[in-house]
Amino acid sequence: MGSWNTPAELKYTKNDEWLRIEGAIGIIGISDYAQDQLNDIVFVELPEVGATFQKGQSFGVVESVKAASDIYAPVSGKVIEVNTALEDEPEVINADPYGKGWIVKFELSNPVDADDLLDAAAYAAYCDSRQS
Amino acid sequence: MTEPLIYELSAAGRRGALLPAIDVPETALPAELLRDDLDLPEVSEMQVIRHFVKLSQMNHAIDKGFYPLGSCTMKYNPKFNEDMARLPGFALLHPLQDQDSVQGALALMYTLQTWLAEISGFKAVSLAPAAGAQGEFSGILMIRKYHQERGDTKRTKILVPNSAHGTNPATVTMAGFQAVELPSDANGDVDLAALRAACDDTVAGMMITVPSTLGLFEGHILDVIRAVHDCGGLMYMDGANMNALMGIVKPGELGFDVMHYNLHKTFSTPHGGGGPGSGPVAVGDKLKPYLPGPVVEIVEPASDEDDAPLYGLRMPEKSIGRMKAFYGNFGMHVRAYAYIRIHGADGLYNVSRHAVLNANYLRVKLRDTYRVPYDRICAHEFVVEGHFPDVENVHALDISKRLIDFGVHPPTNYFPLIVPEALMIEPTETEDKATLDNFVEVMKTIAAEAREHPDRLRSAPHTTPVSRLDEVRAAKQLVLCCRPIPEWAE
Repeated sequence: MGSWNTPAELKYTKNDEWLRIEGAIGIIGISDYAQDQLNDIVFVELPEVGATFQKGQSFGVVESVKAASDIYAPVSGKVIEVNTALEDEPEVINADPYGKGWIVKFELSNPVDADDLLDAAAYAAYCDSRQS
Repeated sequence: MTEPLIYELSAAGRRGALLPAIDVPETALPAELLRDDLDLPEVSEMQVIRHFVKLSQMNHAIDKGFYPLGSCTMKYNPKFNEDMARLPGFALLHPLQDQDSVQGALALMYTLQTWLAEISGFKAVSLAPAAGAQGEFSGILMIRKYHQERGDTKRTKILVPNSAHGTNPATVTMAGFQAVELPSDANGDVDLAALRAACDDTVAGMMITVPSTLGLFEGHILDVIRAVHDCGGLMYMDGANMNALMGIVKPGELGFDVMHYNLHKTFSTPHGGGGPGSGPVAVGDKLKPYLPGPVVEIVEPASDEDDAPLYGLRMPEKSIGRMKAFYGNFGMHVRAYAYIRIHGADGLYNVSRHAVLNANYLRVKLRDTYRVPYDRICAHEFVVEGHFPDVENVHALDISKRLIDFGVHPPTNYFPLIVPEALMIEPTETEDKATLDNFVEVMKTIAAEAREHPDRLRSAPHTTPVSRLDEVRAAKQLVLCCRPIPEWAE
């Protein structure tokens, strides 16, 4: 157990989203643990560009052969870009959750939102704790 | 061995049945609706019979084997129910018949309403909802109308524990409310501190599945009900798991305001392709005026004991309206009535006791082989984890598929979401000890195979006409047609 990739430079939520901050922009996706638990992802519902979301609000859905899961905003912000490649190839999230499998880019409305997110070590421990 | 599609059996000019001569005046069909390329298979009656019998033999059914599909209550459906539903006086009714000519059917519906109220401890029942999801929907619509009529429109949230049926948050959302998920505590009960923190004057109510999808009876149910009532919310109980509670607990007396039944679970009416379902709603005094309709009432009491009352259909005073055309799925009412009548009060109590006993027997027999995350006395079902700490890459799905090779229908898998690799097992009361013991042996065999021959699980099933199906392709490729789609259908 505990074999999930959790890149050190990212922040994580207990709902298994990751956040990469690049200046005023936050790139968001779901973690390696999340894609592993969901198994083969078959559909991703993306938000509209321009939509705004509060931290903790659901902005999309990931559907796999096992389950459909909401994706929650790790921080508040406005959607400036969505990964439209996922519409035809949602399985990219399984193959490359932190790279080509990114889901949305937010313009951060409140950058301090990210302060209470988990760092990689805490998130990795949280993943392990759920695998008894 | 696979069976060809019925289109592949077709040969030009072959026919199955000869239509009788027309005995009513013939009316010409509108010319624009006529076509000469109607693409139907041309097969003989014998071919049709054999084709569909073969398909049915490939299926798994409770009449063929053990079916511990958690949450679904796949118990034996007595053939007696079917005999009763086929009585011509029931089977040949037309829903538009004059009410005076269907007094027997109305008497049956009235009596079933009364019994369902008695079993659940509620004041009134409507048989209108067509299935469980519609029962849930009508219950939440009643809660909505109750608050609306009081002008209490700031109540926009409904609390749903994370051990609830997956339909519960969907129902809440469909009824226009916001679903607020509540965590479970270490025992699998509702986290009371989180519940109390969520209770305020924006809460319209709470929707709780009892026993939960973990198969557990909520440990502090009275505290939960009190907390929600104290903030002005109403309590909805998802009664799909009433199979565990008959004669033991009456939800209406615990303080719940509304509950739905699944007649196709608790009262053995067919489901899983053999349906339709039926999802009556039961309510206390507060919600009685809002019941979906029509409901059956006594219009004129009997004048003496040799007389029968006159029954009639009526819409409750402030009804949320109809859930479907006509009067619910009447054929299911007949079957459920027959089941309750045959069992009587003592019989129904024994149904629930044995359902609970069978589940606990399996839980204890399996807990040394499969991890039971909430290992306490369960109700009618329990959840194990379908993976092993010492085996890589064997999942609940592989165990489920391997069970098929042993003639057992897989348990519900990957639900509830709060248990990793969940296998939800519900044996029901209609299985004997030998069947349960065989299941235990099979589950132990599979656990041993996972260590010695894991590929046997990963590539299962091996004994079916087609082996492991491509679930990803099934979910992604939505247009399935074995032949070119004709132009008129595009």
